[in-house]
Amino acid sequence: MNEYSRKMLKVPTYNLLREQDKDKLPVLDVRNLGIDFGGLTAVDSFNITIGPTEISGLIGPNGAGKTTIFNLLTSVYQPTRGSILINGIDTKGMTTHKVNKLGIARTFQNIRLFSDMTALDNVKVGMHNQIKCSFLSSLLHLPGYYKAEKKANEKAMELLDFMGLGDVANQKAGSLPYGVQRRLEIVRALATNPSIILLDEPAAGMNPSETTELMHQIRRIRDTFHIAIFLIEHDMNLVMNVCEAIAVVNYGRIIAKGTPEEIRQNPAVIEAYLGREESNA
Amino acid sequence: MQIIQYLINGISIGAVYAIIALGYTMVYGIAKMLNFAHGDVIMVGAYISFCVTNYLGLPSAVSVVAAVVVCTVLGITIEGLAYKPLRGTPGLAVLITAIGVSYFLQNAAQLIWSSSPKNFTSIVTMDPISLMDGQLVITGEVLLTVCVSVAVMVGLTFFTSKTRTGKAMRAVSEDRDAAQLMGINVNRTISTTFAIGSALAAIAGVLLCSTVPTLMPTTGSMPGIRAFTAAVFGGIGSIPGAMLGGVLLGIIETFSKAYLSTQFSDAIVFSVLIIILLVKPAGLLGKQVQEKV
Amino acid sequence: MKTKMNTLLKNKNARTNALTYLVVIAAFLVTQYLYSADALSSSVKGYLIPICVYISLAVSLNLLVGICGELSLGHAGFMGIGAFSGIVIAALLKDTIPNDALRLLCAMFGGGILAGAVGFVIGVPVLRLRGDYLAIVTLAFGEILKNIIGNTYAGIDESGFHMAISTTKMPLETGGKYIINGPLGATGIQKIATFPMGFVLVLFTLFVVLNLINSKEGRAIKAVRDNRIAAESVGINVTAFRMKAFVVSAFLAGMAGALFGLNYSSVTASKFNFNTSINILVFVVLGGMGNILGSVISATLLYVLPEALRSLQDYRMILYAIVLIVVMLCTWSPKVKEYLSVIGDKLGGLRKKKEVGSHE
Repeated sequence: MNEYSRKMLKVPTYNLLREQDKDKLPVLDVRNLGIDFGGLTAVDSFNITIGPTEISGLIGPNGAGKTTIFNLLTSVYQPTRGSILINGIDTKGMTTHKVNKLGIARTFQNIRLFSDMTALDNVKVGMHNQIKCSFLSSLLHLPGYYKAEKKANEKAMELLDFMGLGDVANQKAGSLPYGVQRRLEIVRALATNPSIILLDEPAAGMNPSETTELMHQIRRIRDTFHIAIFLIEHDMNLVMNVCEAIAVVNYGRIIAKGTPEEIRQNPAVIEAYLGREESNA
Repeated sequence: MQIIQYLINGISIGAVYAIIALGYTMVYGIAKMLNFAHGDVIMVGAYISFCVTNYLGLPSAVSVVAAVVVCTVLGITIEGLAYKPLRGTPGLAVLITAIGVSYFLQNAAQLIWSSSPKNFTSIVTMDPISLMDGQLVITGEVLLTVCVSVAVMVGLTFFTSKTRTGKAMRAVSEDRDAAQLMGINVNRTISTTFAIGSALAAIAGVLLCSTVPTLMPTTGSMPGIRAFTAAVFGGIGSIPGAMLGGVLLGIIETFSKAYLSTQFSDAIVFSVLIIILLVKPAGLLGKQVQEKV
Repeated sequence: MKTKMNTLLKNKNARTNALTYLVVIAAFLVTQYLYSADALSSSVKGYLIPICVYISLAVSLNLLVGICGELSLGHAGFMGIGAFSGIVIAALLKDTIPNDALRLLCAMFGGGILAGAVGFVIGVPVLRLRGDYLAIVTLAFGEILKNIIGNTYAGIDESGFHMAISTTKMPLETGGKYIINGPLGATGIQKIATFPMGFVLVLFTLFVVLNLINSKEGRAIKAVRDNRIAAESVGINVTAFRMKAFVVSAFLAGMAGALFGLNYSSVTASKFNFNTSINILVFVVLGGMGNILGSVISATLLYVLPEALRSLQDYRMILYAIVLIVVMLCTWSPKVKEYLSVIGDKLGGLRKKKEVGSHE
């Protein structure tokens, strides 16, 4: 698995992919990824290939290294081993903002909104690299500035409406209810025009009806923007329902990969979650 | 030989910086604030010592004790009146208040003792030791400063690692909320820290003015800033770091004055600080903390 | 409905900005009227230009400290660069541009550009650091700049312009004239600074800073302050934005410095020391972090306060210190605030009682 070559960039057919993603360049291709913190190996031999319009899930017990994997994918940490390719480009040595420009956006487990800014401004910050307006023209408020701002406003409102957040556009992000904040984070990530978005526990703290709503929205995001979604979630109902492929990690390593049905029946997964079964005497 | 003489002079002034830096570093580590008034407490300590010897005619040992007592009380008072009410507010608010306190002390000193410089008589009466036929001279001030700074560092290290109060200080510096939940009286711990820091400032003040005998209301501010950079240099919050930073800063200052340029010595000292921080952002002996995502 | 709310909010922002401009313009007109009516004492006249300078400095530092959340303790260094380069430029252009106002403008822009350039050079290494470490390094740079300026010699003689940074005085041909004379500073400056130009400087500073805050750059800067990691995750190059803010702030400080320098017949480098940096920071913090109008007002009041207390002589700085501490405690301390509000309620209650009493 180490001898990785560009020729293998096509999505391998053994992967559990949607029909339309086959023979296409994967949006995310991770090979043999690993990171050590001091002497501790947090993630090791992590491999995953995600097709351009795939919804996939990453599950595992607490402390298995799921968020660390997200941090590696977004260059918050630099990996000790292995490589990450986003749309075929190696992200080695890149900073977080650079890999975002390559097409990867994310949300955070502990919500990281710009809480003093309005929901609309949060989205507009997400659109930062889409707004075409020179530094001088924003410094002196030349006509180009007003044009760019108007366009940004419209686009941001559109995105907010898409997630059903149009009504809270002018409220401070920090004052919004928890579930709304989570959705706002997704909108902000979408605003960066990504080709894959990573959702870190999007349903945490949501009530069942909000979670159901979220499931529809996740599918709708994929179907509307034609992007891939990679999510970490503890809510098995959500994972099993929306994900087309699931990877299970424990102690920083993948212990199983497959369709929701396969994962449900995998003995290694059951063991990781429930502990080793004592002899049924 | 000359070079060793410079080295000795550098260590001597560096040892003074180290004592001041130890106070800075303790307060920063525990209260998480830059106490800009620290330098002025030094000046107050020196004035008290000066008054006790010159006006009351008491022996210098008594004057040092008096300076320590007054400065300790002063430190606790400043903390209680000006800093304690601002606990939990943004660091900048406390910083500005500290600047206010610094102005206050300087101007109060000017009212009491006038702005004309006083000639401080050294507290050391020992004759200088001449070595190598007078090529090397070690004054009593040098010996005393170095001994005191080493003793203070060892004492503080022992205090923070072995005593109950010292352990409480470390706990508060690590995580104030957790320490409070463990039943540590955070307010009292911080007050104690200020008391210790101010007592050290008093000692530093007396030693500083024994080495450089001009005493003015602004005497403390520049050494204060220097010592603060020394604390950052060594890794702020670290006791051996403050010592190392102080001594290194003193040596660099003396050497750059001797061999490079007197006029540019400030620029050289601060450039070295910047370079160190760029290479080791947490200072020489500081801990690098990574932000959790 | 949505768009309505949107425009309303926008208006609120625009209203705050308009208010800021309005206050400044009104203050200028009133002062200018009093000036022309000869109602101002000569000492008050002397304050006008420094007040404009300090307002600009406070507003530009607020961009860095209040908006970006980066503590800088070396603002006076940029001011000093602007002052001395402005003085040199004004002296060099003396024959080329006879018009004082135009020459002053050139000197200010020149000073600003040089300070901005130095800001950029310093920013490259410095902006990798954060928080208190950034503060200490800016402090160090401020002192280095002061130290270098204090050892700079510049002068003109028959063979042209000469400049040297050295510990010994650079020789000039006979008949040559020193513009900057090392530790003695700049001497024999032609005082071309004017109060209307100070007003223009304040307006320009406000224009640049307010525009920047209300643009995509401003949003990005605020985002970086609020949550650096999230800002990076949406593709914002954090270092680049800190750099932009740093350079703009240095540029504006340089312009203010040039105006300041050209307001006195002699200026020394020691004027631009740590204490001056701290004073500007005090203006910013007391005016409210990120509050631009607050900076304008507090810079004016706090500059005037020690001058107004001059009659108290020795007691004035100690009073200033006490005022500073008390104001900080009253505005920030939760306990003092609570206490004040209790007193306020009691007073309010008394007033109500009185009202009731008078009705009876």
